[in-house]
Amino acid sequence: MIHTLLLVALALFSLSIAITLYRVIKGPTMPDRAIALDTIGVNLLSAIAIVSIVLQTKAYLEAILILGILAFIGTIAFTKYIERGVVIERKSDR
Amino acid sequence: MKTNDMIIQFTAKIVFFIIFFFAIHIFLAGHYTPGGGFVGGLLASSAIVLLVLAFDIKTVRTVIPVNYTTLIGIGLLLALATAAFPMFKGDPFFTHYFDYFTLPLIGKTSLHTAMLFDTGVFLVVVGVTMTIIQTIGEDE
Repeated sequence: MIHTLLLVALALFSLSIAITLYRVIKGPTMPDRAIALDTIGVNLLSAIAIVSIVLQTKAYLEAILILGILAFIGTIAFTKYIERGVVIERKSDR
Repeated sequence: MKTNDMIIQFTAKIVFFIIFFFAIHIFLAGHYTPGGGFVGGLLASSAIVLLVLAFDIKTVRTVIPVNYTTLIGIGLLLALATAAFPMFKGDPFFTHYFDYFTLPLIGKTSLHTAMLFDTGVFLVVVGVTMTIIQTIGEDE
């Protein structure tokens, strides 16, 4: 029972990733694509959590945290590039 | 252009410590669980990258006054010293030793010389990643 429930949840997460991938490809502006990539990262993280329940292992918990950190930093880098045109500033005017 | 980055800078100040302590945890737990020097080094450098993204590269250089190229040298020297130390005792190259010690506050702990080799890997990964990012980031 719980196994089929987990598989259905995994299928729904992959469907959600597929829908978000449509927004990445089609998205008219760059912020659309950045937010869609962030959403893909979060959905992937949830899918890893469900896979680790299905396989009954705790070995993937570090991967979940690392993927969350990398999605966060990647989104910040994307937004800084979109807003300022530069990812790493040399010297701020403060 | 006067910009206002209060939320990202405040978030980076807190999240930096979370990522850095998680990197240290992954580095120390690498013997028994997934992780180790490589992933720990990449996570520690990603914490510094978050600071570089939130602030600018000169501020981070004054906050963390580390010359990353010498960090690469220190890491390589540590790994080589750990590998070469058994040769002076008559054992083959890369022989590792371990023993059980009773440390204060922690209790009985098994300490292994592979940890020193892993520290070398950690320092080299942090040094290489931060050297690449600093070299690409500043184009003066």
